[in-house]
Amino acid sequence: MHVVYPAVVAALLFSIGVYGVLARRNTILVLMSVELMLNAVNLNLIAFDVWLRDVLHSGQVLTLFVIVIAAAEVGIGLAIVLAVFRTRKAIELDRLRDLGEP
Amino acid sequence: MIAALIVVLPFAGALLGLLLSRYPHGRSPAENLAANKRAAWFGVVPTALSAALIGWLAWENTPSTNVLTVIDTGGISITVGLEVTELSVLTAMLVGVVALAVQVYSVGYMRGESRYPSFSAFISLFTSAMLLVVFAADLMVLYVGWEIMGLCSYLLVGHWWEERANSRAAIKAFLVTRLGDVGFLFGIFVLGFAADSFRISDILAADIPQSTLVLATLLLLAGVAGKSAQVPLHTWLPDAMAGPTPISALIHAATMVAAGIFVVARLYVLFPQPTLDVLGVAAAIGMLGAALAAFAQNDLKRVLAYSTISQLAYMAAALAGGARDAAVFHLVTHGAFKALLFLCAGAVIHHVGSNLLHHMGGLRRSMPVTFWTMTIGYAALIGLPPASGFFSKDAILYGLERSTSPIQLLLYGSALLTVGVTGAYATRAWLMTFFGTGKIQALPEPAPGTAHIFDGREAPPSMLWPLGVLAVPALLLGFTDVGEFHLAPAVTALVVALLGAAFVYVVWRGSPERDPARLLGAFRDPCEQAFYVDRLYAALFVRPVLALARGVVRTDDGVVDGAVRGSGRATVGLSGLLRHLQNGNAQLYVTGVLAGVLLIAVGAVMLG
Amino acid sequence: MSGVGFWPPSTLEVVFLLLGLVAVGSALMVVTTKQLVHAALWLVVCFGALAGCYLVLTAEFVAWVQVLIYVGAVVVLLLFGIMLTRAPIGRSDDLDSGNRVAAAVVAVATAGVLVSVVVGGFQHAYADLQPGAGSAETLGASIFRNWVLPFEALSVLLLAALIGAIVLSRTDIKGRG
Repeated sequence: MHVVYPAVVAALLFSIGVYGVLARRNTILVLMSVELMLNAVNLNLIAFDVWLRDVLHSGQVLTLFVIVIAAAEVGIGLAIVLAVFRTRKAIELDRLRDLGEP
Repeated sequence: MIAALIVVLPFAGALLGLLLSRYPHGRSPAENLAANKRAAWFGVVPTALSAALIGWLAWENTPSTNVLTVIDTGGISITVGLEVTELSVLTAMLVGVVALAVQVYSVGYMRGESRYPSFSAFISLFTSAMLLVVFAADLMVLYVGWEIMGLCSYLLVGHWWEERANSRAAIKAFLVTRLGDVGFLFGIFVLGFAADSFRISDILAADIPQSTLVLATLLLLAGVAGKSAQVPLHTWLPDAMAGPTPISALIHAATMVAAGIFVVARLYVLFPQPTLDVLGVAAAIGMLGAALAAFAQNDLKRVLAYSTISQLAYMAAALAGGARDAAVFHLVTHGAFKALLFLCAGAVIHHVGSNLLHHMGGLRRSMPVTFWTMTIGYAALIGLPPASGFFSKDAILYGLERSTSPIQLLLYGSALLTVGVTGAYATRAWLMTFFGTGKIQALPEPAPGTAHIFDGREAPPSMLWPLGVLAVPALLLGFTDVGEFHLAPAVTALVVALLGAAFVYVVWRGSPERDPARLLGAFRDPCEQAFYVDRLYAALFVRPVLALARGVVRTDDGVVDGAVRGSGRATVGLSGLLRHLQNGNAQLYVTGVLAGVLLIAVGAVMLG
Repeated sequence: MSGVGFWPPSTLEVVFLLLGLVAVGSALMVVTTKQLVHAALWLVVCFGALAGCYLVLTAEFVAWVQVLIYVGAVVVLLLFGIMLTRAPIGRSDDLDSGNRVAAAVVAVATAGVLVSVVVGGFQHAYADLQPGAGSAETLGASIFRNWVLPFEALSVLLLAALIGAIVLSRTDIKGRG
């Protein structure tokens, strides 16, 4: 297996995640895009772990850790989104502009 | 050792007077009086001790040198030391006696003045500085004293600084003398580097090329002209009369202005003929011009001020003509009688409450002591026998007569003419002050800057005693040098002086109410304005400098400040543009951040 | 390793590339679809395809964890989020912000930079796949032998996230201010 394949797929996934984060209005969609970016990183970690034959399996173990952290992040993120929704009745990012220069 | 004590004593007095006079602090009249009393003791006692020590030094009459320390500067070292020579003892004697007289005099003159403590302390400081100049063994040490004198002169002329004219006069005196002092300092540098030492004895003994000497002494001459009020730097002296009269007596008549002459006399062997010629021309112009100006003045103190310029020019002429001893002789006698004249004038002004001659008149009866002492002073000024001025002027005229200087004729003629004019203006002032009818009006509350009205018949004893004490040397000092007396020039001078005096007397006799200065006719106004030198300087230097200063201010305002303000405004404007980006949309921010990261990454790859 | 050429691709590579194509395509759908719920469902497809990729890369344990946590938990959580924020269920045209063009430019540029970098850096790298390198046994041994401390720290993090999420979601807990 050429390492370039998973690396290119990961790069494309990451870029798509970037696009999602920058272009989507809905906060939940932004969170999904963040997940995409995290998964791109995971793919990289796995591929390079396999390539390097790490005796500690650090790539795969870190992937697991990232998955766990992503789960926690989604949980907290959704809680924040819900809190914002409760107070502002909106979760569109471009409507949350209280910190803008008037 | 004694010389050091002589210098340090007044300095300590000044320190004590400044620090302790007002202790404990208080502003009530009673405390003011107590402070003045303490300040008077601090002022008089050290000066008296100092004067006594100078007397002892004169009695011993042994030249000596004491070096405290040598300051290593990396280049030419500075020798902190004092040197006692015959000339310095003589001058110090004059300084000590006049300073003591003035200290005692100002106790009465400044009675009740709330700033008397600082006044007397500055007099002490001045005395110390002048004595330092007189005894200095090193040109740098001399310069220190020289500058402190200038500072004291500034402080004391501006003593009544509430009046704007006074503080302006002080600034003028300071600036004009400073202008000369720049030249003086550079002259010292040139001499020091040429002789590889700042010690006066080394410099006097050094073999310095003629051209260097001309340059150095011309530079020194600038400082001398500044301090001794010689043409063309004389304009500050008449204005400096805004200071209290004791100051005029001490600084602007007897001592500080004589310092310039003293320095020339001290370094006399260094002065080559070209420099002496320059000095001589300035002196010849100065003595006659100042005497004529004195004749036309209406302010008694200004009469005396121009007379001082004229007499100093006399000494300078003697130096230029090669009669150094005569110059020093006249320096001492002039110091005595001019201080006496100023102190008398102070008593008169104190009595009348005005400086102006046409406010005075008929004071002969109400102020007998002042009248007689001032008469002695005028006699010495005119050069009437047996007063001291008679002998010293005779010595100068004799010296000029036999001078080998290329401008001997100019010097001699100018001196002889000046003798006549001196007789005239002295007689005029004397007659207008003490004779005729009394014109004292009840003046309103005196402005600060003029003396206070005194309601007694005669000045207080503390003012009269110094008059009496100074009258003795003014009258008798001439006899110390009687062996050098020469009859022919003395008779010539006496005749010329009496001619001038008699002329004025006849004119005055005709109508005592009118000013004899009308003699000058159309020439009177230029004389009163001192030949418009002040106006000339104002047009030539003051106004261009002011215009330049205004230009600098405008440049500073417009260009420098404008650049600062402009950059501030530009920043605000640019940030106003950037402000629009700060619209609160977090996605936009992240877009910008990521784009920046990409650019940096690409840039790093490209450049790496 | 560098002796292995790109053509012809091995079977595993073909399978991987197909799965990767699915993952990238569904990810594109996630960020471009007009329906919120569809986005979540496309995300499931994407994660599933990625899990397949992991399997091909012999990381079987990670693949199952991926399926369990991402497909099972995270997507469900996101769906709950969509539901709770009363998002429109049908088609909505305003899911994209006005920042789209700039976002596309930045994303394409990112892709260009990353792809060119990885292609430039790893074009000759070749990984020999050996089954069993990612089994539950090896990973478990590794985690509990070498990675215990991070593992424990992570458990504390999870606990903190749990408590934080509860505190944020409950409306009856007021701040001190």
